[in-house]
Amino acid sequence: MNLSVIIKFVIDLLAVLLLALGIKGLSKVKSARDANRLAAFAMSLSVVGLLSYYLGTSGIAIQSWIWIIIGSIIGSLFGAILAKKVPMTSMPETVALFNGCGGMSSLLVALGVAIFPISNSVENLDFFKSLINEVSISVSIFVGAITFTGSIVAMAKLQGWLSTPGWTQSKVRHFVNIVFAVASLIAFFDLINGNTSSIWLLVIVSSLLGIGVTLPIGGADMPVVISLLNSYSGIAAAAAGFVVDSQLLIVAGAMVGAAGLILTQVMCKGMNRSLVSVLFGGSLSAQSTASSGSGEYTNITSCSVEECALTLEAANKVIIVPGYGLAVAQAQHTLREVTKKLEQNGIEVVYAIHPVAGRMPGHMNVLLAEADVPYEQLKEMDVVNPDFPATDVVLVLGANDVVNPQAKNDSSSPLYGMPVLDVQEARTVFVIKRGMSAGYSGIKNDLFDLPNTSMVFGDAKKVLNDLIGELKDLGVGEK
Amino acid sequence: MSFISLLWVLLLGSLLGLELIGKVPPTLHTPLMSGANAISGITMLAALTLIVKAEGNVPLLIIGSVSLGFALFNVVGGFFVTDRMLAMFSRKPSNKK
Repeated sequence: MNLSVIIKFVIDLLAVLLLALGIKGLSKVKSARDANRLAAFAMSLSVVGLLSYYLGTSGIAIQSWIWIIIGSIIGSLFGAILAKKVPMTSMPETVALFNGCGGMSSLLVALGVAIFPISNSVENLDFFKSLINEVSISVSIFVGAITFTGSIVAMAKLQGWLSTPGWTQSKVRHFVNIVFAVASLIAFFDLINGNTSSIWLLVIVSSLLGIGVTLPIGGADMPVVISLLNSYSGIAAAAAGFVVDSQLLIVAGAMVGAAGLILTQVMCKGMNRSLVSVLFGGSLSAQSTASSGSGEYTNITSCSVEECALTLEAANKVIIVPGYGLAVAQAQHTLREVTKKLEQNGIEVVYAIHPVAGRMPGHMNVLLAEADVPYEQLKEMDVVNPDFPATDVVLVLGANDVVNPQAKNDSSSPLYGMPVLDVQEARTVFVIKRGMSAGYSGIKNDLFDLPNTSMVFGDAKKVLNDLIGELKDLGVGEK
Repeated sequence: MSFISLLWVLLLGSLLGLELIGKVPPTLHTPLMSGANAISGITMLAALTLIVKAEGNVPLLIIGSVSLGFALFNVVGGFFVTDRMLAMFSRKPSNKK
């Protein structure tokens, strides 16, 4: 056995071990950051292992080096720049974009091997081997294409570049997607039969299927879809591993695929939705226009920042409910200033974090952590819900659907069954909002009509700044 | 590697992935997703293999190079963005005291 073969074997083994430890560590707050670096290290190690293996065996041509360097520099540079520049608010879109590119990579590898069979796949082509080869190429292309187009659509929808077209909410879309799926299956068998040209049919139809499946999904379901697509990109990587005969690729891909599936399941549970209803139920917003979207607000109380400050000053316990609006307004630091003042006055302040507040689970935690909010003040929904009746003031900042009591009371509502924060149980609720527009789901929020709810209209950052001024005038936080 | 042993690898890898994540605090959903996403860029190894084995076939070299670019975009960007998110959590313990 060649020495470089042994070295590669050892490095691969080590890389798998470190990747597994990395994924494990990422699921605990304390170890997460180190675990991420460990995984990054394991990835670079695997590259070193592969390159040294080829150097020691077949050697690497100058021409290959040139293309390796070009590809690596361009890809890494764009990745690093985007990762540094992108605002924290658009994290979900960014993850979707990265994910799509991973899928694209697997797709291209399989395509390359299919069009120009590389040396190790043309040798000893017995029937069984070539069958495996073609099946793994097809799977890699199929899953890779779905991951790519699905992720790009998800990104475009989150960015607001794409809306949900009406036809995608009717039954037609199931028919269209079934046609795409059947066509991919035909292309798949045609490919195995030796008709290489049907590979393009497979690329096109599976790309369309990725679009067709993702386009109808909207609202709070988007994070689940991204997580699922993330799992797909792992499967695509594993399939590419079969194509180029790499165990490391298969293990790593399978790990990500399986871990992604678990994470998807965890997220679904947090929203009380099943994966099936996320994928095939259509978006919440479109259903709502049919059922309860027509409701008008009848009893809106609007109040000034001054009144809000007066009420806050007299409170003993305040719960803050942050949402996407807070992220958009970039008001987390201003919010922190307000709560600091309240705390200095001996008022108990807690942040209630709904599992899907923002556009992605954990979105609010990241945002508030950026503003140095102590970790212990962030309370999860199940922990904080019993506290609302004993709370004087609830401040809803840019959250909407996650505080809609319809989810509990109105069985005809599309939100019905989704766990929500019971803010209406508190003595007073202030909702800071730019206008009366509906939340992401497009559904009327019954909370706004309740007698103990007051609306403070304005941009979250501006309102909070005014609030700081008012609190100062009242002498809050200046002992 | 025989196909059968590769299937074993696939099976064991999947089981490992299922076992690794038991309970994840909601705080870590996004970073975990983005970290796992970066790892799925491991296809960069397949792209590298393609380039090395291209033997002067220019179209194949280009396909490999583009594929490598996409994969590294995923890997580098993914790890950096995850680190950026996690950096916000790790700052806290020092501020607490």
